Amino acid sequence: MTELKHIRTPLARVRGLGAAKSGTTAFWHQRVTAIASIPLTIAAVVIIVILLGRNQPAVAQILGSPTVTIIMLLFIVSITTHMRIGMQVIIEDYVHDDMAKLTLIVINSFFVVIVGLISAYGLLKLSYGL
Amino acid sequence: MAETRAPAERPLSPHLQIYRLTLTMAMSIVHRITGFGLYFGTVLLAWWLNAAANPNGYARFQTFAGSWIGRLILFGYTWALIHHMLGGIRHLIWDTGHGLGPNEREWLAAANLIGSITITIILWIVVLLAVGGPQ
Repeated sequence: MTELKHIRTPLARVRGLGAAKSGTTAFWHQRVTAIASIPLTIAAVVIIVILLGRNQPAVAQILGSPTVTIIMLLFIVSITTHMRIGMQVIIEDYVHDDMAKLTLIVINSFFVVIVGLISAYGLLKLSYGL
Repeated sequence: MAETRAPAERPLSPHLQIYRLTLTMAMSIVHRITGFGLYFGTVLLAWWLNAAANPNGYARFQTFAGSWIGRLILFGYTWALIHHMLGGIRHLIWDTGHGLGPNEREWLAAANLIGSITITIILWIVVLLAVGGPQ
């Protein structure tokens, strides 16, 4: 029997953390971004369909309008957060070698931030007319 | 004192191959596969948003999007997006504790597949009427 180093009981320290030791944060964020992504995806699809047949100046103008830019930015924030958690779950399910798993999880984090920021950059450039 | 012991010879739990494939199982893995595909497809979204700033860049994107391979990828992407969204709604319903009964889950799985195919086809009819077929 080891000595107790904390005043909190071992049960109190682990309660709610689960097998991953990190609690339900990722699970919850996955649900919140899923809910957010439903109306945002519908809006993004409608915007894309409207823009498909138009020429470049028209596309640039409509994408850069405040409402469309903000909807697309919200869409990008929501889906990239959702993507990061989803891909991490896939990696954790199928990659069992620790080094490979950690490497892929880091690459996953980099990928979603890079894709998200490049998309946001393109939108903001249009929005500010640069 | 730690003793090294050989792991006990316990029976392994049965894995996927012993089960008959059901619609709910298929929709479960398709949900994951579509999510995986959508993840990489966002590169196209980033390209499109950045191409829109200049005529030459946009022409390059349109050449890709208008080609057969481009259309095929975008069609697949549309279906994956709709399917994953409907599948996600199914999961959100399950999160509330509803829709898990034997009949309901079969009905939801079928609605997921039929709904995603129907919406994708309708959406592409609208798109092709608006912009025409592949060049």
